Amino acid sequence: MFEVATYMILFAMLLSLISAIIGETVYDKILAVNIFGTITVLFIALFGFLTERPEFLDIALVYALINFIATIAILKFFEYGDMGRSSHINEESDI
Amino acid sequence: MSSVINILSGVLIITGALAIIIGLLGVFRMPDFFTRLHAASVIDTMGTMLIIVGLMLYSGFNLVSVKLLLVMIFILITTPAAAQALAKSALHGGLKPALKEKKS
Repeated sequence: MFEVATYMILFAMLLSLISAIIGETVYDKILAVNIFGTITVLFIALFGFLTERPEFLDIALVYALINFIATIAILKFFEYGDMGRSSHINEESDI
Repeated sequence: MSSVINILSGVLIITGALAIIIGLLGVFRMPDFFTRLHAASVIDTMGTMLIIVGLMLYSGFNLVSVKLLLVMIFILITTPAAAQALAKSALHGGLKPALKEKKS
């Protein structure tokens, strides 16, 4: 059953890459990359169980955190045009 | 008894993978960016929860299931925050939601 689920998740990763390529605006592409990261976390967890080495879950845990930080950083860059600018001038938070 | 739990976890994992594929089909089919974001949230909630609960049933109660629970909690906290930030950034970037036109 792990093999079937792993192949389905690989197919889903392919679909999300296609969605990232044909996305109309930059936000569509960011959404597709975010989905790709979430699916990758699940793929790492499933692959650890498939090869009977569940220690891969540590990598999945770190990947989940890095995915969130990367999405927020890319969004801040595209919204303010600068990674280092303070956002308190406009009285708007980062998120 | 253990075979019943194995079958149940297999059903949960494959249903979760199906939910992921259905959410991606929604991302392809929806007409607007905000509806696409809505369709993508199926992946973050239903697919993640079903797959990780299935893996927890398979592994039993040990350190591995605690790590799986931590992964699930992190994903369930961070992905709605990322989706909300994405929607706010798109709205500030000039994307308008496609509303139904009023018949005048």
